[in-house]
Amino acid sequence: MYDVIIIGGGVVGCCIARELSKIKMRIAVLEKNSDIGEGATKANSGIVHAGYDAAAGTLKALLNVRGNKMMKELADELDFPFINNGSLVLCFEENIASAENDHIANSGVSADRVVIKNDRSRLEELLDRGRQNGVAGLKILTGDAIRRLEPAVSQSVTSGLYAPTGGIVCPFGLTYAMAENAAVNGVEFYRQTKVVGIEKKKDIFYITCDRGVFEGRLVINVAGIYADLIHNMVSNEPMTIRPRRGEYVLYDKGVGGRVSHTVFQLPGAYGKGVLVTPTVHGNLLVGPTAEDIEDKEAVNTTAIGSATVMDKAAVSIGKIAVGEVITSFAGLRAHGGTGDFTIKEVDDVPGFLDVAGIDSPGLTAAPAIGEYVAQMVREILPAEDKKDFKPERRGIKSGWGEVICRCERITKEEIYEAIRRTPGATSIDGIKRRTRAGMGRCQGGFCSPRIIEILAQELGKEPWEITKAGAGSEILFYPD
Amino acid sequence: MKKDLVIIGGGPAGLAAAVEAYDQGVHDILILERDSELGGILNQCIHNGFGLHTFKEELTGPEYALRYVKMVKERKIPFMLRTMAVKLKGGEPIKITAMCGDERWNDRREEVLLEAENEPLAGLQKGAEGLEIEAKAVVLAMGCRERARGALNIPGYRPAGIFTAGSAQRFVNIEGLIPGREVVVLGSGDIGLIMARRMKLQGADVKMVVEIMPYSGGLKRNIVQCLEDFNIPLKLSHTIVDIDGKHRLKGVTIAQVDEAGKELPDTAEYIKCDTLLLSCGLIPENELSIDAGIEMDRLTHGPVVNDRMETGCRGIFSCGNVLHVHDLVDNVSKEAKAAGKSAAEYVLSGAGEWGKATRPKSPPKSRYTPTPERDFTNQLICIGCPVGCLLTVNKRSDGQLEVTGNSCPVGAEYGRKEMTAPTRPLTASVKVTDGIGAVVSVKTSADIPKNKIMECMAEIGRAKVSAPVVAGDILLKDIAGTGVHIIATANMLSNPAPENKMSQKV
Repeated sequence: MYDVIIIGGGVVGCCIARELSKIKMRIAVLEKNSDIGEGATKANSGIVHAGYDAAAGTLKALLNVRGNKMMKELADELDFPFINNGSLVLCFEENIASAENDHIANSGVSADRVVIKNDRSRLEELLDRGRQNGVAGLKILTGDAIRRLEPAVSQSVTSGLYAPTGGIVCPFGLTYAMAENAAVNGVEFYRQTKVVGIEKKKDIFYITCDRGVFEGRLVINVAGIYADLIHNMVSNEPMTIRPRRGEYVLYDKGVGGRVSHTVFQLPGAYGKGVLVTPTVHGNLLVGPTAEDIEDKEAVNTTAIGSATVMDKAAVSIGKIAVGEVITSFAGLRAHGGTGDFTIKEVDDVPGFLDVAGIDSPGLTAAPAIGEYVAQMVREILPAEDKKDFKPERRGIKSGWGEVICRCERITKEEIYEAIRRTPGATSIDGIKRRTRAGMGRCQGGFCSPRIIEILAQELGKEPWEITKAGAGSEILFYPD
Repeated sequence: MKKDLVIIGGGPAGLAAAVEAYDQGVHDILILERDSELGGILNQCIHNGFGLHTFKEELTGPEYALRYVKMVKERKIPFMLRTMAVKLKGGEPIKITAMCGDERWNDRREEVLLEAENEPLAGLQKGAEGLEIEAKAVVLAMGCRERARGALNIPGYRPAGIFTAGSAQRFVNIEGLIPGREVVVLGSGDIGLIMARRMKLQGADVKMVVEIMPYSGGLKRNIVQCLEDFNIPLKLSHTIVDIDGKHRLKGVTIAQVDEAGKELPDTAEYIKCDTLLLSCGLIPENELSIDAGIEMDRLTHGPVVNDRMETGCRGIFSCGNVLHVHDLVDNVSKEAKAAGKSAAEYVLSGAGEWGKATRPKSPPKSRYTPTPERDFTNQLICIGCPVGCLLTVNKRSDGQLEVTGNSCPVGAEYGRKEMTAPTRPLTASVKVTDGIGAVVSVKTSADIPKNKIMECMAEIGRAKVSAPVVAGDILLKDIAGTGVHIIATANMLSNPAPENKMSQKV
């Protein structure tokens, strides 16, 4: 019998787990995928938003600003990559997209994909909202002042909002740090454990999974884009989560220094527009698109999507050579339709908490959501704090040993450690996100055979049983 | 640690440079190799076609590598394995920082511990911050890497089953593992063609080779012996526009493209497959050079060099695929020999006038469009060498076959044989028990009848030999009744402690 069962091992689920691991409780995290952080957590902008986007008084505003404030200390305590690089929201001259960017006119891209309207009043709106939300240090700068901060920014930028508290974080790093620390403090992680039914009898929840039944007093639904399915298993008030696909293009470290701040464009009806940002690891990331789709697993990229983000990014900082692209990817944001996060005890199911519709700024807010939900749990199910809570966790150290991944210079010892930690890597993608082996220029061409060998050896499996990301994604075939 | 000459990379370029520098009188050399054996990519290129210029005979990749490894060992040139140079700084001396594991003395190929054998290296210890080496001169020979899927920007899902041709080649030829059963190859360069054949030989259904250009970048002989021999279609002016499969690849959508490479409407076609091999270009691996501030040539993606292959950073030379991508390893050896000589001169006589930047000469790239007009009844492409002469074979009035179009006697011989009793050399790999690796590369002792290829492969596939194996060993006799033997083309050591490995697996 668990006190709390968390359904979903994404960044939010792991932040909640870590926060709850401070209390004397028995906690389980159920994750349907082969690893934690395989949903929206693995494919987003990696941005720590300052907090000027969400309307004052919303949970988004509250938890974004709080999450932003928590991030630095957490990064030190849990040793994950975070940089407070500051962010800019650019405001352009009218119609610059079609008029001044010849390459766009010549690229055959339809103009409406790249039109970015000059709207200084909206910039001021952001400034006001940010101040109401308690975001420190916001300033509107002239185009020239912005170019002094960020020389690559287009000449057609007339003004912009500067947010010194904006930052960038490694989404996997944050998630693994939270999960590993939660595990050290007693949280049990069950991966490849898919919830297929929930029943409440007396005051106990019986959660049926493909690998057995879990019993718990409290259930927290943090199932991301599947939160509606989980919610609808117990509640008579139906919920709908729509996947909103965002496509990204990632560039080589060679152009990672093109900008040092995270550079946004004025937001539109479909999210924050396309951003250009360095990543904590020194690559350059552009994206996302925003497209509402039906399929909750459609993380495919499209030709038009990649072209759109590259063209829109060019409006901000000029064209980046296509040859510098190392990969593109897409993520699905869990769009709830209410405009705000849904974090509450479900009216008709006491003891069942929804943490749903966590789209942007979900990553930034995640640690604050952890705190917020933990407080709710404490109120429902009072328990003592642990005296022996271990707040610290160290990341996997890079050493000087034998190099397995040449591009990112990841050693054999790092690969071993990624497998041996709890929850440890069991797949190629698990290794990749924990160590960066395979994330570089060759995208695993040289190192994947060696990583498969190490994984097979460590997990006591045969090479053909090793997967890219869980059952069904085996890399090799059984030799006849 | 101080050295006269440090060679970064123990592939064909590095080995040839080391041998030549030694022969020129520089004996204080160290080769740094990041893999567990010398020879570089040649070790996985188990097919033949190497060495016609350098050794005047046709060798497989591992055999070609072994020749140079032997020369290095004869000269007792020290080398370190599993050691990767991660930092390079010009000046006098040139400074190199390397990362290495504890097994750096352990040679996968020969049963020796280099540390014991290499007296001069005994003092070379790894510091807390890696291995620091000072050198009078350096030869960069790091080779190249393949362009990956991300860089090609192919839309769609990211399932398992998408490999660069080279990593699939490593799985099949070195690890003895099977990356796919229903295969599509994108890119018709030589690696793509060779891997199309390799997968077919291994029993896969190779659906097609897709090429975005209106011609193949591969050698004519490879079109013939890798595709035509096995009826694998070559789709020119086509590319892959979508990838299907959320976990494992399920299929790809191909489409025709115009001259600009733009997709033509209504030409999309779905091809069911579980594996996609990418052979879409090679990129010199110059991160180390760029980091050292060496000026790069935007055209070749290699360093700018003078006519002695010296980069803008004095005393640092460059050769092989890290300088520019080569089609033939024989040309790599030739170029590396010249670089080794220049580096030796630099060590012995000091820096001369740098002179003028000189872009290395590459032979014109192969651009071959198989002509549908070719009369398959009597027209052939000679596979005797990379030239690929178009032969016409006619029956003379006296009943003898007359070959025209050939530029050497090899062509005449090939033409006559191909029309009467066509034969092919066959290369593959044989399973090894109790070896440090799972398979050892092999070749036929002579050409076998073309129509016996799959029969021979079936026999090779069933065979198991026990380690140790030495290159040249006859592993299977009289394969498929052809009278031809199967010979090892590489060495394979016994696994020193197989029982340990087993217990780990439990």
